[in-house]
Parts: sequence; structure tokens; C-alpha cells
Amino acid sequence: MGALSLRGLSKAFAGNAVLKGVSLDAEPGEFIALVGPSGCGKSTLLRILAGLDHADAGEILVGGKDMSNVAAADRNVAMVFQSYALYPHLTAGQNIAVPLAMKRLSRAQRLPLIGSLLPGQRETRAGIARDVREMSALLKIDHLLDRKPGQMSGGQRQRVALARAMVRHPSIFLMDEPLSNLDANLRVHARGEIVELHRRAGVPTLYVTHDQAEALSMADRVAVMIGGHLLQLAAPETIYNDPAHIEVARFVGQPRINIIPAQTENGRAGFEGIRLALMEKVASGPVSLGIRPEFVKLAPDGRSGLAGRIERLEFLGSEVIAHCRLQASGDAIVAKLAPHEARDLIAGMPVGILLPSEQAMVFGPEGRRLRTAAAAGARQEPAYV
Amino acid sequence: MTGIPVGRIVRFALLSLGALTILAPYIFMISTAGKTQSDIFTAALSLIPQHFYFAENFAKALDKVPMATLLWNGVVVCGLIFFFQVAVAIPCAYAMAKLKFRAARMMMVLVMLGLLVPIHATALPLYVAFDRVSLLNSYTALVAPFTISVFAIFMFLQFFRAMPDDLIHAARLDGMSELGIVARVIVPNAWPAVTAFAIFSVVAHWNDLYWPLIVISKQAYATPPLGLMYFRAAEAGDDYGALMAATLIITLPLVAAFLLAQKRFVEGITMTGLKG
Repeated sequence: MGALSLRGLSKAFAGNAVLKGVSLDAEPGEFIALVGPSGCGKSTLLRILAGLDHADAGEILVGGKDMSNVAAADRNVAMVFQSYALYPHLTAGQNIAVPLAMKRLSRAQRLPLIGSLLPGQRETRAGIARDVREMSALLKIDHLLDRKPGQMSGGQRQRVALARAMVRHPSIFLMDEPLSNLDANLRVHARGEIVELHRRAGVPTLYVTHDQAEALSMADRVAVMIGGHLLQLAAPETIYNDPAHIEVARFVGQPRINIIPAQTENGRAGFEGIRLALMEKVASGPVSLGIRPEFVKLAPDGRSGLAGRIERLEFLGSEVIAHCRLQASGDAIVAKLAPHEARDLIAGMPVGILLPSEQAMVFGPEGRRLRTAAAAGARQEPAYV
Repeated sequence: MTGIPVGRIVRFALLSLGALTILAPYIFMISTAGKTQSDIFTAALSLIPQHFYFAENFAKALDKVPMATLLWNGVVVCGLIFFFQVAVAIPCAYAMAKLKFRAARMMMVLVMLGLLVPIHATALPLYVAFDRVSLLNSYTALVAPFTISVFAIFMFLQFFRAMPDDLIHAARLDGMSELGIVARVIVPNAWPAVTAFAIFSVVAHWNDLYWPLIVISKQAYATPPLGLMYFRAAEAGDDYGALMAATLIITLPLVAAFLLAQKRFVEGITMTGLKG
């Protein structure tokens, strides 16, 4: 039994299906990144989990208990919002104290004036203040406690939002693109910090992002959601090297994977010189070949490989991206090269394009991955055609 | 580099002209409040009184009508109306702006309809109803018809719609009830809208003559404008100096309040996107 299980969650807004039967299991203390293009339903899923929205079908189990009919406040779920959602009229310290005050003080004790006269509230308030100080020390925001959100920078606000979420020791941690409002430098730095905080808290975390680099670098497992389906849930390496669906392969990886239309015949997928034996029976017809740009090689002399032309070169420092086009089929091919490999290349020049059959992945007409004999066998030096 | 751009001079001149036009009656009122009877009825129109008669006119104004009662009634009535309007409109506007329920659309239509019906249309049935329950000549009769302000609901609705949903989601996750959200998150952040609405509400009801004239016939419950009516009746309507002094006294609280809180008011109105 996982710490958190989602079973067949579905949700439609005005007849528009946003979630189409999403199931997911999280282990205790696991960090799962939910990644997908905007509008794929990942934020909706998070809101349903938090209890801010209701699923049309399916169930949510936390520690084996069904949460579908439990109110948001009683789920003990903490969420960090993209906009941070700090209360603008309260100071950072008061913001962090809110969830504790709501939990530990009775309704009467929370009343202004009268509340402060009731017995027992003084000790509770002191306890809250102590917890707030501890949490802010952990996040290094102790010097900001008296400031209001309007007087803080984006990074500081983000820390306060994190502190407010963590201070009550939730059983599940939800984050909705918490870094997307930070500038690029801070974002990379904050990634490491969130992973570190997660490790300390040891609470299962669902982290929604549209940035695949963030997902791959932070998560124990990555869940790729596209069009309301959870297409794959696996370790970052598996998501990248062994995608289960063409959409996963397309979404993950920068620059994007090369997708080339191909044909199957007699159980073999073929494109130009590439022939890949398929492990399963597939009717003859169109399929897609996927090849990551880093496996594509270019031969400047044009004597080997498929005839093509370089359309554009992008120099990125540690690598060079070459946008090419195959002469025969007109397909666009992107190659990611080391700078020394690209030394003799000029935009517009004819070139031989070498596609590795070993690294090619085959996807069926509906996008599902088709296993090939080569990929299933032992790794060899790539054979180029 | 030299001088001020022509466009700016033109703009400034136009604004000054507008301001002067709007201020002229008020200035003339101040001037009249300081004139003697004979001064007022001379053919020459002069802004500066020939004899400064302010003290006498003010004394007469304070003497002829119970000015303190009038002002106190005005404060009580405006205060109660404003309090109830806000107390009703904020939860209502919150529900319509941020909660999903089936009647939301219907309620929006009702609010729009409410905006279109003037008090004059409902005055007669209201009067009959208050008469039946013997509530004429009471604060209730002055306050009750205005406690639900569709204008307030409409205005707060626009303001709340612009508030981020995440803020309310965060409050729910922190364990607040819907009422708690209204009290702890919405109200503390709605001050600009509340101050802006305060001007509209207080000015309208402080200056209102129509409704008090219908339901009030005893001086003890008269609001300031109604009190001025009595004043005119008592003086046979010819002591304009004292009348203007009395008018000056009852407009003074509003003018003073606006001047003191001018910055916040303007802030509130620009923030809610409501102008003029």
C-alpha cells in the first residue's frame, strides 16, 4: 500500500474532459514530478488531490484511507501555489502561523479581543510562535518575519510560502509550479533547496511543472501527463531513454526528438537503410521512428549517410545544434553535436546524415511504443546507416 | 527647454474652468452665509460681504433648529446604512464571485435588475408597509430600505473577481471555513473597495431628502437635509443668510471627511476601476 494512491480519476469541465482516468501510486517519502504541457490537466489533478475540486469519478487514498469526501482543511495536505498566495495583509510570520492557529486554537480562541482572554490560549500561541521561528530558521527567513509580502522579493515570498506549507507537517505536499515566477538563476538554485527540504521532511511530494528539465532533475519519478492521460510514470532516466509513448518522447528532451515517418513490413520497421525487427506482431502500415538528436552524426564530406543539407546551426557553447533536412524524404532532422564535431560545418552545405539504428525507437500509429529486437538485446556500438 | 508645453496649459485651463464651475455655487453659499439680509438683496453681485455677518447667521442657524440632533441623526442613519450594506454585500459578493453554485447566474440577473429599479418606484409600497407595522418616524424606517445595496454587491463583485483564486484556495487548505475566509482574507484586503463605496453610500444618504421626507414627520428623527426644510418653513423662507449658514454646517462634515481622507478615497476609486 502506497502513501498516496489515485485510482482512475476523471474530471470534465462543461463536457470537456480534462482528466481521463488517471491512476498513480506514490511511495512514502517519494518525490514525484507531474510534468506536461499547459492544459494537460496536471494542475486540475493537484487541486482535486488538495480537495479544492471534486473528481467526477475515481478515488484518492492517503495511507489507505479514502479522501474523496474529506474537506480540504481536514486532509492535512499542504500546497505551494505558483503565485505563492500569501495573505497580503499579514506579515511573513503571521502568514506562516495561520495554518497552526487554525489547527491548534479553538474557534473562540481565534476571536479578536475575547480570544485573548480565554484560558490556555497563551501557551498555544507561544507554541505556535516557537514553531514559526524554527521553520523560518530552517528556511533562513528569520529576518523577514516582520515584513509583508509586498515588501519581499519573489524568492523570499517563495520561501515564506514553503515555510507556511511545511510548518504544520502535512501528510502530503503539493507544489504547483512554485519556481516558475523566479528568474532563471534563482530557479536552478531553488531546485536544489526544495529537493533538500523534501529529503528532510520525508513527506510524499507531488510537484507540478511544465519544465521538463525541472522534472528530470528533481524527481525520484516523473509522471508525464498529456491530454488528460498519465502516459508514463517512471524514473527520470527511463522517461528519457525508454519512453513508452511518442508524446512522452516528444515532450522530454531538448532539443526535441527527431520523429521520422516509417513503414512496417513483415514485422520489421524500415526507413531508408534502417531495418528494425519488432518484438510484437504489427499490421503493415505507417509507424514513427524516434531518434534523439545526440545520436545523430553528420559527415561533412557527404560520402557516408543519407544525403541532406544543413539549414541552420545554433552555437550553444558546450554543444552545437544542427538543423538539417533529408534530401530524399524532406524530413527535418536535428543533430546535437560537440563543438569540435561541428567545426567544419556551415549552414547551407550538403552533408551526410548518419542515423543510428540501435538508438531508434519505434512508435505505433496510435503513438504506443513498439519494442524492437535491437533495443531488447545487449547494447552494442551504434551501427549507423 | 523653455516654458510649459501648450497642451499642458490648455489642459490645466480647462480643468480650472471646470473646477470653478462646480465650485461656484458652494463658494457663493459661503459668501451668502456671511451677508446681512440687506446685503443679499442688493442688485450688485458681490462675493465679499459688506459687513461680515457670519457669527450672527451661524448663531441664528444653530438657534432656530436643533442642529446637534440633526447632525447626530445624520451620523447614525448613514453609519447604520453603511454598516449593514457592507455586512450584507461582502459575503454576498464573495459567494457570487468565488463560489460555484447553480443560482449564481440568476443572482447576477437579479442584481442587474436591482440596479435598474429606483427607490421612487418602491417608495409607496414601502411607506404603506412601514405604516402598517407602525415604524414610521423611526431609525428603522430610515435605514431598513437601504440595507441591501445592489450597487455595493455589484462593486464588491468586480473587486473580488480580481482577487486571485489561489489566495482563497490557500485559506481553505489552511483550515478556514467560508465565513472565516470572508472575515480573515476577504475583508482585510477589501479596504480600497470599502472606502470607495463609503463615499458613494455616505454622500448619497447624508444628502438624501426624498426618503426622510416620506417617512419622517417628527423633528427628533430628521436628517440634516430634512432639518433644513423645517428651517425654511420656520423662517418663512426669506432669511437666506442663516439658511446658507445652516447648509454650510451640514455640508461641512462631508467636506472635512473627504479632505482628510482624500488620498485613500482616490486610491480606492482608482483601484476598483470605478470613476466618477
